[in-house]
Amino acid sequence: MSVEIRNVNKTFGSYVALKNIQLNIETGELVALLGPSGSGKTTLLRIIAGMESPDPQRELNGDSDSATEPKVLFFGDDVASMSVGQRRVGFVFQHYALFKHMTVFENIAFGLRVQPRSTRPPKSEIQDRVHRLLNLIQLDGFGNRFPMQLSGGQRQRVALARALAIEPRVLLLDEPFGALDAKVRQSLREWLRRLHDELHTTTILVTHDQEEALEVSDRVVVMNQAAIEQVGTPEDVFHHPASEFVMDFLGAVNVFHGRFADSGLPANSDSTRIPDSTRIYVRPHEMRIERSRQSPDSIPAIIERINRAGVQGKVLLQSGTLGPIRVDIPLDQLDALDLKTGESVFVVPMNTRSFTSDYSI
Amino acid sequence: MNQPAITKNKSKSPATATAKSVAMSVSDPTWVRWLLIGTTIGFMALLLLLPLGVIFWEALRRGAKVYVAALTERNALNAIKMTLLAAIIAVPLNTLFGLAAAWATTKYQYRGKSLLISLIDLPFAVSPIIAGLMYVLVFGLQGWLGPFLNSYGIQVIFAVPGVVLATLFVTFPFVARELIPLMQEQGSEEEWAAISLGASGWQTFWRVTLPNIKWGVLYGVLLCNARAMGEFGAVSVVSSNIRGRTNTIPLQIDALYNEYNTAAAFALASILAFLGVVTLCAKSLLEYRIESSRRRVNHSKEAETES
Repeated sequence: MSVEIRNVNKTFGSYVALKNIQLNIETGELVALLGPSGSGKTTLLRIIAGMESPDPQRELNGDSDSATEPKVLFFGDDVASMSVGQRRVGFVFQHYALFKHMTVFENIAFGLRVQPRSTRPPKSEIQDRVHRLLNLIQLDGFGNRFPMQLSGGQRQRVALARALAIEPRVLLLDEPFGALDAKVRQSLREWLRRLHDELHTTTILVTHDQEEALEVSDRVVVMNQAAIEQVGTPEDVFHHPASEFVMDFLGAVNVFHGRFADSGLPANSDSTRIPDSTRIYVRPHEMRIERSRQSPDSIPAIIERINRAGVQGKVLLQSGTLGPIRVDIPLDQLDALDLKTGESVFVVPMNTRSFTSDYSI
Repeated sequence: MNQPAITKNKSKSPATATAKSVAMSVSDPTWVRWLLIGTTIGFMALLLLLPLGVIFWEALRRGAKVYVAALTERNALNAIKMTLLAAIIAVPLNTLFGLAAAWATTKYQYRGKSLLISLIDLPFAVSPIIAGLMYVLVFGLQGWLGPFLNSYGIQVIFAVPGVVLATLFVTFPFVARELIPLMQEQGSEEEWAAISLGASGWQTFWRVTLPNIKWGVLYGVLLCNARAMGEFGAVSVVSSNIRGRTNTIPLQIDALYNEYNTAAAFALASILAFLGVVTLCAKSLLEYRIESSRRRVNHSKEAETES
């Protein structure tokens, strides 16, 4: 086990950033901490790095209980008393934080050159290592450039090489592609995954981009409101969301409020629909559009807008009782159906998930 | 109605004929422009350049011999020495203080921080005369600490330490004031990066922080130095104008002028004026350097969002 987090709480004044976090990260794993801003994911990363410290345990009845003591373990060792530098983590910032006045070479060599004389590798070895890293990030020959002469994607690769130079025990990436545009982000994401498959450095990646998390990571930790909602493989969290939040956060979704009918679907007319706290979630791609009513589950709706720009066609419909509905269907099916805006059709959910709130209103 | 299109056009190709005529309609009439420029230059010539010229003219009017004699006179030399001494002590100390204050107010979060930043500005808000009087009240023979120090044979007021203290006080904010906004703008991510790579606090400061703020530091030092050499009010109160001992250049000029010794007064004044001109040139040069390095930062920020 590379990183273990036990009973970690963090508050900033009256603001609760983390609530009783328990998390294990296996050696060689790439884990994504996924959540909206304010969910606590960056705070958790900074606590792992040692840039923040967890709140001390609240002592009950004057004695502390070791079972609830906050702990951060690296390979079994408690790192509470270790400084950021001693933890040997490679930290990559969203805005790169490259040293502006140093060349790419000097940036990457920094972590080696600041080591005390006793552990510092000889000059020739530093040279070798930096060149190998430059090769790894596909920036051979860029050693003499300054950060401002590089594109955003190149800078982030340099930042990654700089972090890797110290041979970190754990690599921590804080929204590493957040400042880049969609195209560069996509290619860097794939590159990062290939790099990880090559190096197998235990990596924790913080992101608010669900696509990024699902695409690169071995496991996803979905966070919301200072707590972990679900931990699982990308497939797991996408197809078997443990909560409404996870379902909602990991992609587009249609939400229907209503009663659980026998068919597992909300009854579709006002007379039979009894509002209660149950919400039914259907992903847009898990719905079908039909011209005629084929099943009792069909929801009558009127087409408001058809968008064909994309891999799939997006159809926005309005249903009288259930509100707006979005359906994603493959373009060939869309063509075959020959839908028109304003047309009345039926929408058939194929896969539904329902969640009942604990505190019904 | 087509105003937006025009301004856009103007910014894109100001050289084209249409853009030129459009630019005329957008900006003020020519005579307004010339009137404003003329007034500014006129005022500057009358209030700044003419008096500056007069100083050098008066200083050299009676010939180089008199000029050199006035500068090498014992009391004049002592005044120059005092001014340099005050500056040599005050500038490095306030540079260190400025760095510490900027670091303390930008890299950490704590209660009362904004109060601290406001307090740094105190010497700007308080009249130099008051500053001088404060020191007299604290260190004077009738003051709080004066008798105690005097019993150890240390005299502060009406002596060299008083002059240095007063100079320290009035030049206190310059470096800090210059660095605080600069360091706020830069944030502390680079420092965190350095620390995470295993650098010690000292290494981080020398290798990462200082290179990023060096032009700002120099600029603050320059302003600090200019003020240290030119300070009159506070120093005047604590030094009590003892010639040949505690008089600095500005005080010596004042004394000479009051004795109608204009030649000597202007000779000394020319030194101070010359230092001022040099400071101004260095300041412009530094401003240019800071501006271009800031532009580089902004460029890199733009590239960040674009690429």
